[in-house]
Amino acid sequence: MAQRPITLNERPIVAREAYGLAAGFMLASAAHLLRLPLWLGALISVVVFWRLYLAHRNLTSPGKWLLGLVAFAAAGGILIEYRTLLGRDAGVALLVVMLALKLLETRTLRDGILLGFLGFFLLVTNFLFSQTITTALYMLGCAWLLIVVLIGMQFTGTWPGWRQPARRAALLLVQALPLMLVLFLLFPRIQGPLWGLPQDSHAGLSGLSDNMSPGSLNSLILSDAVAFRAEFRGRIPEASALYWRGPVLWDYDGRTWTAPRFVFNATDLPAGEPVVEYTVTVEPHNKRWLFALEMPMQRPPRAVATRDMQLLSTTPVRSRMRYNMTSQLQATYGADDSENVLNRALQLPQGFNPRALKHAQQLRQKYRDNRQLIDAVLNDFRNENFVYTLSPPLLGEHAVDEFLFDTRRGFCEHYASAFTVLMRAAGIPARVVTGYQGGQVNPVSDYILIRQADAHAWTEVWIAGTGWIRVDPTAAVSPARVERGIASALPRSDELPMFVRGDFELLQRMRLTWDSVTYTWNQWVLGYNPERQRQFLANLGFSDATWQKLAVLLFVFAGLAVLTGALFAFRDLRGARNDIVRAAYDRFCRKLARGGLPRHPSEGPLVYARRASQWKPEAAPAIETITQRYVTLRYGTGASEQDARELERSVSRFAV
Amino acid sequence: MYQPLKNSASRWLFQWRGPERGTIVLVQRRVFILPTRQGLLFAGVILLMLTGSVNYDLSLGFILAFLLGAAGIQTMLHTFRNLAHLRITAGRVQPVFVGEPAQFQLNIQNTTRADRYSIGVTGNKVTADYIDVPADSTVVAQVPVPALQRGWLRPGRMTLFTRFPVGLFRAWSYAEPDVSCLVYPAPANPGLPLPALIAGEGEGGLAGQGQDEFSGLRSYRPGDSPRHIAWKAVARDDTLLTKQFAGRADAELWLSWDTLPLQMTIEQRLSHLTRWVLEADACGMTYGLRLPSATLPLAGGPSHRAECLRALALHGTATDHA
Repeated sequence: MAQRPITLNERPIVAREAYGLAAGFMLASAAHLLRLPLWLGALISVVVFWRLYLAHRNLTSPGKWLLGLVAFAAAGGILIEYRTLLGRDAGVALLVVMLALKLLETRTLRDGILLGFLGFFLLVTNFLFSQTITTALYMLGCAWLLIVVLIGMQFTGTWPGWRQPARRAALLLVQALPLMLVLFLLFPRIQGPLWGLPQDSHAGLSGLSDNMSPGSLNSLILSDAVAFRAEFRGRIPEASALYWRGPVLWDYDGRTWTAPRFVFNATDLPAGEPVVEYTVTVEPHNKRWLFALEMPMQRPPRAVATRDMQLLSTTPVRSRMRYNMTSQLQATYGADDSENVLNRALQLPQGFNPRALKHAQQLRQKYRDNRQLIDAVLNDFRNENFVYTLSPPLLGEHAVDEFLFDTRRGFCEHYASAFTVLMRAAGIPARVVTGYQGGQVNPVSDYILIRQADAHAWTEVWIAGTGWIRVDPTAAVSPARVERGIASALPRSDELPMFVRGDFELLQRMRLTWDSVTYTWNQWVLGYNPERQRQFLANLGFSDATWQKLAVLLFVFAGLAVLTGALFAFRDLRGARNDIVRAAYDRFCRKLARGGLPRHPSEGPLVYARRASQWKPEAAPAIETITQRYVTLRYGTGASEQDARELERSVSRFAV
Repeated sequence: MYQPLKNSASRWLFQWRGPERGTIVLVQRRVFILPTRQGLLFAGVILLMLTGSVNYDLSLGFILAFLLGAAGIQTMLHTFRNLAHLRITAGRVQPVFVGEPAQFQLNIQNTTRADRYSIGVTGNKVTADYIDVPADSTVVAQVPVPALQRGWLRPGRMTLFTRFPVGLFRAWSYAEPDVSCLVYPAPANPGLPLPALIAGEGEGGLAGQGQDEFSGLRSYRPGDSPRHIAWKAVARDDTLLTKQFAGRADAELWLSWDTLPLQMTIEQRLSHLTRWVLEADACGMTYGLRLPSATLPLAGGPSHRAECLRALALHGTATDHA
């Protein structure tokens, strides 16, 4: 073989390696390509196919000035498209384009290895957009492929085919698992972010907003995205009691209800015996609300409770958050609310909904007692021709009037809005509460799954001496909505996300099983943050783990994990075939020696066998067989692994 | 002052122990390993991934970074294992003339059940021979060492190294097998004509030149005089052929130290004698060699040629290896 330099970094890469790198890059950026603008995807495809063509024809890469020009033009295009080069989307677009050009430029082994490493980084950027189990498995596959390509570039002799590096890469990943687990659990976690996140890093999160106008809840109800999940200790309360409180809306401008900009902290939360205890895992929605059953009895960590019983996180919920909660389902509060507060709950905009105001005045004259008035309105909803539907007719300027007296078709936000207006017009302090109602019990792992489709709006009215109490006008119109969920309350003609309705039982069941896997995944993999790490360490018996303790723990376990890998790796260094044969024969000699016939140092195996056979004629056949096998294996040719095993077996059976 | 210190530190650290006889086994203590530049780059990429994961709170980013980092550490074991427990014995080495590279051969034996790939063997740390050693097999690696001086040439400390499987780590080991290559003096070029033949039994001065009766062609050997190359044959089919001339069988050719001009240095004399030996052998003559230290009697054939060249190579050297 010819002499080559002692580092091969400058050797040109061959076609096979270029194909491998191109495949790794394409698969690692496939998910990004779907999100990128069309022209960028086309550019990247052209660049990759160009590279494949060069490799196929064994041509050299284009000159640096041309690549520089394309890079510059692509960056300009991205700047125009996204109006920035920073931020999540523009940054990823830039990274993908630059890596594609790097692929085109790749000439030498050094370039190829660098590109492989950058490919690993590209994989991580995918997690900015999705962290589901499927994404994880896909990215694991891509990482494996990149390792295969990296290993494939290190062969200097005859190319053994892709199987060899493929197996080696799989072995590496399997061996890496214990250490990965140790690092994941014990590596000291820091709560991010370390620097300001780009504006668009949380785009596309959905959830309740701080206002409500006719039709605004509709888009939520058509989404089967998960809002949060709740795991109860003990029995799950009835569906009709599951009012998950969210934003409280006070101010009405004739069309839109909004939450006040400033809120006051609650002086105290309901006390006494908790009725239900549960843990909420809320999905990121980029708003501050945290959800709890009415009425919450405690604040989650790093959160405040307001006077109107909202739980607000100190920062917008941008990653999955988990907190323990206790609630009293029947609690009332705010009996001592001041004149100012109650006045705000009586405000109505001037010049809107004259018919509703008049109707409220008539009711007021008829019923002196507030509770009787409330019941009368609910009875109207129940007995008049009101319909609960997701596709109500559009409403004009006097939305409440048209709804109450003309269309009479609406959805929870229409009922809550109209009811609250009537209450205020009749002089009863009232406000709209939005949140979620009900949820789907997952029989697989016994938690409640609350989707965006469970979004709901209801009303709170203030009764002197009692405080704020919940009135849900929707329940009067459509009791099924609160008892059995939204799907059973709507006519079948109304469009709903596929899985919100209970059709396709098998599919539904599979979906719930998958959701419970996802829940576990979220809980233990995605939700493993500094706080969970502390809990985990406390369970291990390190309740106040300092950095030093954690470091010691990490090193001990990491050492053990590496050692496990090492033992596994060096396993086949010892068991060389000749050594097996020798060891087996030595064992045979020791057995004879213990029986009283040691082998002389200079004695050959055949001579020793003859002496042993004379000494113990009844064992002669066995001695003969073993010696024959040993001699064949040791000095003959064409002996196989199988023969060595045979020898081992016959020695094991041999007894003096 | 610094260099000797460094040498003794290396001697201690890398257990340099001089030439070793027999089989050298690269036991685990003899295999060293350090990350390569690419290994450090990989660590940098992993750190970048971790920082990004902290900032964007990406649990899967942590997992991927830890998985790749752990796999990177595992490659250290793979690289180490790729080199450890190889058995090295020196193979035969053919004598060369000064100015030619001595081709040392290392038999690298793998008695384990793990295939070894991409192992480099280098003597000069500039170029290397790369070999794969499958399980239960022996592969020969070539280590060329330039022969600068006649006499015995030792290959010195050789380095076996590997970056397999990913190139993040480089494992290496030193081996200095106890083997020497005999280096003949370079044949003088141009050389003096062969001395006159002495007819048998002291009839001096009557001999012919021994170079005038053309007897055939044979393939070129190093040391052949360019004057004897059959250039027409070269032009015809591109192979170097040397013309052979028959000497007179009963003539005695004495290649003698003393017949060379007095102003020549020892090395020049040896060079010319070497050339004469080659030419005489090429012509199939019977010749003897007279050196101040020894005299080799009249004979012919490859073994006589080797003996003469050996005597020339070792002339005046203190040690004479067996």
